[in-house]
Amino acid sequence: MRLSLTSIPGVGAISDRATTDLPVLKPYAADYAGKPGDLLFSRWVAGISPWAMLIVFVIVLAWPAIGMAQSKYTSVHALEALWRWLPFLMSKGFTLNVLISFLTMSIGTVVGVMLGLGQISPLKAISKPSWFITQLFRNSPWLVLLFIVMLAFPFEIQIGDRIIPIPDWIKAVVGLSLPIMANISEIVRGGIQSVPTGQWEAANSLAYTRQQTLWQIILPQCFKRMIPPWMNWYAILTMATPLVSLLGVEEIVTLSRQAMESEDNHPELLAPFYGFALCVFFVYCYPIARLTLALERRYVVKQ
Amino acid sequence: MSIHNWEASQPIISINDVHKSFGALEVLKGVSLDVMKGEVICVIGPSGSGKSTLIRCINALNDIDSGSIKVEGREVNDPDLDKLALRKKVGMVFQQYNLFPHKTALENIMMAPVKVLKQPKDEVEKRARTLIKRVNLEGKEDGYPGELSGGQQQRVAIARSLAMNPDVMLFDEVTAALDPETVKEVLVAIKNLAQDGMTCILVTHEMGFAREIADHIYFTDRGVIVEHGPPSSFFTDAKDPRTKEFLSQIL
Repeated sequence: MRLSLTSIPGVGAISDRATTDLPVLKPYAADYAGKPGDLLFSRWVAGISPWAMLIVFVIVLAWPAIGMAQSKYTSVHALEALWRWLPFLMSKGFTLNVLISFLTMSIGTVVGVMLGLGQISPLKAISKPSWFITQLFRNSPWLVLLFIVMLAFPFEIQIGDRIIPIPDWIKAVVGLSLPIMANISEIVRGGIQSVPTGQWEAANSLAYTRQQTLWQIILPQCFKRMIPPWMNWYAILTMATPLVSLLGVEEIVTLSRQAMESEDNHPELLAPFYGFALCVFFVYCYPIARLTLALERRYVVKQ
Repeated sequence: MSIHNWEASQPIISINDVHKSFGALEVLKGVSLDVMKGEVICVIGPSGSGKSTLIRCINALNDIDSGSIKVEGREVNDPDLDKLALRKKVGMVFQQYNLFPHKTALENIMMAPVKVLKQPKDEVEKRARTLIKRVNLEGKEDGYPGELSGGQQQRVAIARSLAMNPDVMLFDEVTAALDPETVKEVLVAIKNLAQDGMTCILVTHEMGFAREIADHIYFTDRGVIVEHGPPSSFFTDAKDPRTKEFLSQIL
């Protein structure tokens, strides 16, 4: 005996796109690691229209031309100055931002994966400290962590009788790695825990050890789901690298400031130089954000 | 492994006065039953009566609070128990299939023998293909679990468990999540297995099926075995009022 679903009041004909005028609890799409808000940043960046960005840039450039047309030094001069400095800002400045982001992400990923696996360890002696470290660094202001690392780390280390200086940007990498590591740890923990417990039980009943289950059954299933949030954090990190300019690391923002100083600090310089830095970051992160969302959609559907 | 003085004439599974609580909730309140080699046992009873917990204790997926479970003479309620050795002997099939979704049907079947038992791959593959035939799934070897129907997935799960060459098979409400039209194909697979002499313990709601294949039926309610007997008498002259009420609702 079969009941026809169409007999339920409010439910229309059953088809692929069944509709109803009753309030319906929509399926909760939480197939990737962590909470839906995890990709908030990528959603925001990917949502910015490149055309809007262009218009903003043009307005920013044109504004000083209108406002300070009386001054001898016009925004045309400022643009010329930007054009002269541009190769230097890119090759010395933004390259260091990218290098810092790569190194930070590598260190953060390696340590973060270990912490994440530590968090799900059945041994309390491992899981508790892993949880504590993760929470501590996940919820600390990045700049505070950066300052602590800057001040706590020596500026040189002595091995035997060789003195090896530690450049500031290396210390900045260490400082930024801390929050990244903690957030990767959460991605790994969330990813592993998103796999139904039935998978663990099935593997157990087939005499798999815990390690075998984790590496052969669980991680291959959640690895893909961890990629979008991982990329999301990479974009956040890249956008955050100018923080290290506060510590004197010579990345794009620091160099822009120095360039403006050597151009006699005309106020007309501010908009083109910082506007340029803004656009460079946008151009770099926008495709990453789009790709992140595309991958997320794909993995959610495929599961 | 330690030496077990167990002979085939003794019960292959011997459960004695098993107690198990989840927090304040006592789900097993002194359960005892014996299973002989080659026997087919069905455990029936209302939801929450502890029947699933009982069979999950047999392969140590749940541990017990007190009492004794012996599988081939090996005590399961022992802190030094070699769980892996036990689970190589006891296969289990779940209500939700629990196939590995990132592997094909054939890979699902081959994985454990190759990775856990370290058997040669070509030999395992031959056996896996035979098993696929045995559960009537020829042509589905390269299908991923997501591409198979519930009944097909459940048959792959049975084959996956059989690939380990277990001595006992546990079935935990294996048809409860299936569409009605696919229940039969799974039951046929289990029936063939039982007829080949495999020792089977089934937790099931399929009364007709239990009646057909079981050598012995146990009825559990609120953590105890209320009544048991061979199917011929169990369904017709149940003595206990709880059994009678349950049967009257379900038959």
